[in-house]
Amino acid sequence: MSTSSENTIRIYVMGSAYEVPRGLTIMNAMEHAGWRFTRGAGCRSGFCGACSTVYRHEGDYRLRFVLACQTEAEDGMYLVQLPFTPAPRVSYTLAELNPDENVLLQHYPEIARCVSCNTCTKACPQDIEVMDYVQAALRGDIAQTASLSFDCIQCGLCSMRCPADIKHYHMAQMARRIYGRYMSPITEHLEDRIAEIEKGVYEEELDALVKMTRSELEDIYAARVVE
Amino acid sequence: MSALMELEHFAGFRERVEMLSGENVFACYQCGMCTAGCSFADEMDVLPHQVIRQLQLNNWKVLESNAKWICASCLNCQTRCPKGVDLSKLMEAMRQIYLRQQLDQVEITQLSADQIRCLPQIALVASFRKKTG
Amino acid sequence: MNNTAYFPGCSLKAEAGDYERSAAAVMEALGQPLEELERWTCCGTVYSLTDDDLMHQMATVRNLIRAQECGAEEIVTLCSMCFNTLKRSKVFIEQDAARLETVNAFMDEEPDYEGDVEVVHLLEILRDQVGFESIEGRVTRPLSGLRVAPYYGCTLLRPREIGIDEPDTPTILQDFIRTLWATPVEFAFQAECCGTYQIVDAPELVLEKSHRILNSAMRAGAEIMITSCPLCMHNLRLAYEELRSSLPDKRELSIVYWTQLAAIALEVETGELPTSMGKLVEGLPTTMELVP
Repeated sequence: MSTSSENTIRIYVMGSAYEVPRGLTIMNAMEHAGWRFTRGAGCRSGFCGACSTVYRHEGDYRLRFVLACQTEAEDGMYLVQLPFTPAPRVSYTLAELNPDENVLLQHYPEIARCVSCNTCTKACPQDIEVMDYVQAALRGDIAQTASLSFDCIQCGLCSMRCPADIKHYHMAQMARRIYGRYMSPITEHLEDRIAEIEKGVYEEELDALVKMTRSELEDIYAARVVE
Repeated sequence: MSALMELEHFAGFRERVEMLSGENVFACYQCGMCTAGCSFADEMDVLPHQVIRQLQLNNWKVLESNAKWICASCLNCQTRCPKGVDLSKLMEAMRQIYLRQQLDQVEITQLSADQIRCLPQIALVASFRKKTG
Repeated sequence: MNNTAYFPGCSLKAEAGDYERSAAAVMEALGQPLEELERWTCCGTVYSLTDDDLMHQMATVRNLIRAQECGAEEIVTLCSMCFNTLKRSKVFIEQDAARLETVNAFMDEEPDYEGDVEVVHLLEILRDQVGFESIEGRVTRPLSGLRVAPYYGCTLLRPREIGIDEPDTPTILQDFIRTLWATPVEFAFQAECCGTYQIVDAPELVLEKSHRILNSAMRAGAEIMITSCPLCMHNLRLAYEELRSSLPDKRELSIVYWTQLAAIALEVETGELPTSMGKLVEGLPTTMELVP
C-alpha cells in the first residue's frame, strides 16, 4: 500500500519500498533512495539507451517500458532496471556486403519468425513502430527499415519481450548502415569539395591563417562575409 | 531426445494430442485412404494410417517417428478421409509437443547466408513456423 | 468489383515480383487496378493447425483490421499460400466469439475486428466478378495451339471448406487457359504437393516430388506449366533446372505464373519470362523480358 503525501511518493525497487520526493525522474528517485547506478545509466538525456526500465503500477497487471532518465516516478511504481540485453550482434564487414533485398534475412534469419504480435512496438520507449520495421525487413525493404528505426537508441527492450527472439535493434542498425553506405544519394557537392581540397585549392589560404597572430585573426573574423 | 523421454511418464499422451488437435482419433477405421493419397508417405518410417493407429493405442513412441516432420500439411489426407478425421492436425499436434518443449527441428543458426539468399521468404517463414517453437 | 484491397505478401515484393507486375498489368487492362492494402504484415504463410493457438492467428486479424479501416469488403491475394492462411485463419477466429474477443482484446492498440471482411484469391475475382468471358473478349494475342498444364498445388484447393474449386477434379485453371485460347493439358499430378517449405531443410524431398510433377506434365504433352504460388514456382524451377539436362529430345517446359500467361495474351507487361517461352510465342511483344 502506498502512503504518498503531497511531497513524497512511494516507489518499489526490486520489491523494497522507498519514500522519495515527488517530481523526480525514476533514475533520480532511485538514487535518492540510496541506489547507485554502476550499470544502466549513461547520458541521462534519453539518448544512449542504457537505462531501460520495466515497471508496473500498483494494482495493474500490465508491464510498462520506459527510460529511467526520461520518465517521472509515480506513486506505487514497481521498478526494475534492465542494464543489458544479451542479444547477439552478427559480425559483418559493411564494405563487403552484397546489399540485395535478402541481406537482412541472411544475417538475421529469425526475423522470419515474426508473428506480427506487436509486442515489440508496445515495449519501445521511443514510440517506434518496431513491428512495422521488422515487416519491412522481412520483405526486403531496407530503406523503409532504416527510416522507421531511425530513433532507436538500442535499449534492447523489444528483443527482451519478443516471443520469437528477434534482434530488432541490431538488425535495424544493420539496415541503417547499409542504407547509408549503399543506398542514400551521394552528395555531389561534397565529392567536388573533397576533390578541391585534395588538389590543394585551399592550401595557400590555410597556410596564411596558420601563420596569423591572434589580433590579425580577430580582425579578419570581424570582417568576415555573412551570407 | 532425452527431454522427450519424460513423456514415458506422461499419462495423457493421446488426450494431449486430441486436445491440441481437436480431433477424435477413434473415428478412424483404418481404411488407408490417407496413406494412399499422401505424397510423402514413401519417406515416412511410420505410415500416416499407422500413425493414427498408434495414437489410438496411446503408444507415445509414435512421437519418435519422422512422419510429422516429413508431413508438409498438403491436406490430401484430410480431404479424402471418409470419416472426416483431420490427420494434418494430428501431425501438427505431435510437432507442437516437441516444439513447445523447445526441441526445434530446424536450427536457424546453421542455415548459411548462401542458403538463405536462394530461398524465397515464404519458405523460411513457413519452415520456421512448422519446425521451430 | 467489390471494394477490394490487394494483399501482396512478402514474396510478391521480392522473388515473385514478376507475379505482381504481370497481375497488376492485367488488372489495369481489365479496368480494375489492384490497390494495395496499407501497412499490411506477413500473414504467416502456413495456417497454424492447433486449436489453442491464437498467437499465429493474429497476423491475419491484423490484416483484416487494416482492410476494415480502409473500408474494403474483401482482401484479394495472388499468393496461394497467403490466400489459404488468411482465409482459414479468418474462419477459425470468426467461428468462435470467444476467440475473436480474445484476439481483439490482445490487440488493444487496434480497433476491434468486426468479422465482415472476406478473403478471396484473384482467380475467384476473375471467375466470379469479372467473368472469364469478358477476359476472352480482351485477348489480342490468342495463345492458340499452346499446350498449358495447370498446376494447382495444395493451397488453392484444400481444405475443401475454403478451396476455390473442387479439390480432386478442379477446372478453374483449365477454364482460364481456354479463355486465353490455349489448350489445357490434363495430368495426374496437377494438385500434388511440390514439397513446399521442406526446401529449407530437406531439399531432396522437394526435388523428388517436383520432378514427379514436371515429368507427369511433360509426358502428357505440356509445353508450359502455370502456377499460382511463389514457393511452388521456386521449387518447380529448381527441379526443372536439375531435370533439364536429362530430358530426351531437348524437351522444354516453360514454368510461369498464370498472370504472366494472361499478360502475354493481353499484350501487357509480363515481368521476366524463361527464354523457352520466346520459342513458343511468335513475334515477341516488347513487353516480354526473356531470361535464361
